[in-house]
Amino acid sequence: MKHSHSPLLEERLPAWRAYLVMGLLMLGFAALLGRSFYLQGINKNFLIGQGESRYERVLEISATRGRILDRHGDVLAMSTPVKAVWAIPEDAKLAPAQVRQLAALLETDPRELTRKLAGARDFVYLKRQIAPDVATQIANLKLPGVHFKNEFRRYYPSGEVAAHMLGFTGVDDVGQEGIELAMNSQLTGKPGGRRVIKDRRGQIVEDVESIRAPQEGKDTVLALDAKLQYLAYVQLKQAITLHKAKAGGVVVLDARSGEVLALVNLPTYNPNNRTRLSGAQLRNRAFTDTFEPGSTFKSFTVALALDKGNVRIDTPIQTAPGKLTIGSATISDAHPNGILSVAQVIQKSSNIGAAKMALALPAEEMWQMFDNLGFGQPLKLGFPGEAAGRLRPHKRWRPIEQATMSYGHGISVTLIQLASAYQAFARNGDLLPLSLTRLEAAPPVGVRVFSEQTAREMRAMLEMAVLPGGTAPKAQVPGYRVAGKTGTANKLEGGSYTNKYVASFVGFAPVSDPRLIIAVMIDEPSAGKYYGGEVAAPVFSGVMTSALRSLGVAPDAPEKLLQMATIPPAREEM
Amino acid sequence: MIRWNLILLAAVLISALADVSINHRARKLVTSYEREQERMRALEVEWGQLQLEQSTWATHARIEEIARRRLGMHTPRTNQIITASP
Repeated sequence: MKHSHSPLLEERLPAWRAYLVMGLLMLGFAALLGRSFYLQGINKNFLIGQGESRYERVLEISATRGRILDRHGDVLAMSTPVKAVWAIPEDAKLAPAQVRQLAALLETDPRELTRKLAGARDFVYLKRQIAPDVATQIANLKLPGVHFKNEFRRYYPSGEVAAHMLGFTGVDDVGQEGIELAMNSQLTGKPGGRRVIKDRRGQIVEDVESIRAPQEGKDTVLALDAKLQYLAYVQLKQAITLHKAKAGGVVVLDARSGEVLALVNLPTYNPNNRTRLSGAQLRNRAFTDTFEPGSTFKSFTVALALDKGNVRIDTPIQTAPGKLTIGSATISDAHPNGILSVAQVIQKSSNIGAAKMALALPAEEMWQMFDNLGFGQPLKLGFPGEAAGRLRPHKRWRPIEQATMSYGHGISVTLIQLASAYQAFARNGDLLPLSLTRLEAAPPVGVRVFSEQTAREMRAMLEMAVLPGGTAPKAQVPGYRVAGKTGTANKLEGGSYTNKYVASFVGFAPVSDPRLIIAVMIDEPSAGKYYGGEVAAPVFSGVMTSALRSLGVAPDAPEKLLQMATIPPAREEM
Repeated sequence: MIRWNLILLAAVLISALADVSINHRARKLVTSYEREQERMRALEVEWGQLQLEQSTWATHARIEEIARRRLGMHTPRTNQIITASP
C-alpha cells in the first residue's frame, strides 16, 4: 500500500480549519463544565429538593373532634372516621357496567353519577361521608380516577331527644348549632403533620421530622343527665300530643348547683339525618323564644312586697269585685274573689291582688328586682341566639304597665330565664349562674335577691298553690312536697292579644330541701284546655316524679300528710 | 506495612457491612412501628364505633321499651317503696 500516492493526502489544508474544530470542541466542553457547575453549585437546593420529593412525603395526622358526654360519661356526640369519594372526571373513563356497580355501592342514581363524571371540572365529590367498609368495597373495584379522602362524621346516639341542646356539625365537622357551636373551639382538634421517607413499596422507612404535633379535640362533659333528658322528652311529647299544642319546652335545673340537667324543646329533629329540616324544628325555644310569662310572675311581685315589709303573709287584700280600673284600663280576675290573704293571692292566682301589691311598690325597686333575677338580658351561657326578653326601663313605666307586669304581662322572658329566677325561692333567696357543663368544683357564691325569710315564706305559699284549693293540684308528686306556680297568658300577635295561649308551670321539689327546679311551657294548646294548671302542671308532675325517683331523693311527705297543710286565713281587722 | 493495610482494610469492610445491616434493621423497626401505629389507629376507630354502638343500644327509649313490653316491668307505686335512711 502506498498512501503517498493518494492525491487527496497531498493537498494541503488551511491551518484555521483545525483550529476551528478545536475551538468548537473546547467551547462545547466549557458549556458542559458551566452547566454542571450551575447544577451542582448554584442551583443545588432545587435539585436536592426535587430528589427528596421523589421519596419524601408529608403525611397529615388527623385529629378527632372531641366527644360530648353527659354528666355520667354517656356518649351524646362522637366523631368517627368515614370516607369521601372523589374523582378526576378526565381520568375516570368508566364502562357502563362499572358506573352501575359504583352507583349501587354509593346508593345513587347511575345517571346522576354519569352526569357528575361528564362535568368539565377536574375535581368532583361523588359522595361524602360514606362508611369505611363501603369505601373498601369501592376501592376493590379498582376504578381509574376514583380516589378517597378521610373525613369524620358526627353521630348522636340520643337522636332527637337532646337535639337542641347538642346542636350539630356541618359536613366539615364544624359546629353549627347548640353546644357544638358554643364549644366549637374546645371540641375542634388541630391536625398535625410529619415528614417521612417512603421506600419504593410505599412503606415508611424513616421519620424525618414532626412538623406539627396533632392536637386532639377535648371532650366536653355537660351538666345534662341523659336519663332526665329522656324522661322530660317523653312527658313533654305526650302533653303536646294530648293538647294538640304547637310547641313546648321543659327545663330541669339542679337547685343546689345551677346546672342545667335537662332541656327539651318540641318540635325537634333527628340530628343524624337532617335532610328535611324546618325552622320550627330547629328553634331552641327555651333559649331563643320569649313569651309573656303570666301568673308565674306573681311570685316575684309578692316576694318583693314581703321583702320590703309592705305586707305579711296573712295581710288581707280586697280583690272584690274582680275588676280594677287603673287610668283608662281595667284589669280583672278570671274568677272573682273577695278578701284574700297574701298567701291566697298566690294560691288562687289573683291578678288584682298582685297588681295592688305592685302599685304600692316604687317602679325602680320592681325593675331592680327583675334585673337582679336576670330578666331583660341574655343569660350569657355562650349558647347561640340567646334572647334577652323584654323589660322596659322603669322610668317609662306607666301605672297600668306596672300593674300588668306584676302578673307577668307586658314583659317577656325565655323559659330558661324563668327557671333560673325561681332559684331565688328554691334556694334561700339567692341566684346561682347557670352552667351547661358539669361543675367540678363547688358552685360559686350566688347573688342575693330576697332574704332567707322571704324565700321560706314564698316556698310555703307556692306549696299551697299545688294543694287542693290552689291552681295546680295536678302538679302534685306522690311522696314528695312540691311547690310551684302556674301561668296562663294570651299570646301577643302583632301588638294585640289573641285567644291563643301559652300555658306554663314553674316549680321545685322536695320543698323541705329543694333539689330540682322544673319549668314547663306549652305553646298554643288547642284541644280545649289551656290553663297552666291543666296543661303544664301534669308535665311538671310527671317529670318531677320520675326524676326524683331516678336521683334517689328521699320522699319528704308520707302520702297521708299531703292534705294537712293549712292556709292562713285573712286577718279579721281592716 | 502491608499487614497494617490489610488490618485496616478488614476494619473498613466490617464497619461498612455493619452500617448496611444496622440501617436495614432500623428501617425494619420503623416499618413495624408504623404498622403498630396503624393498628392503634384502627383499634381507636373500632373503640369509637363500639362506644357509639353501646350508647345506641343503651338509649333510654329502648331500655324502657324492653323493660315494659318484653319483661313486663312497671314503676312501683309510692306505697310500694320503702326508703331506708342512712
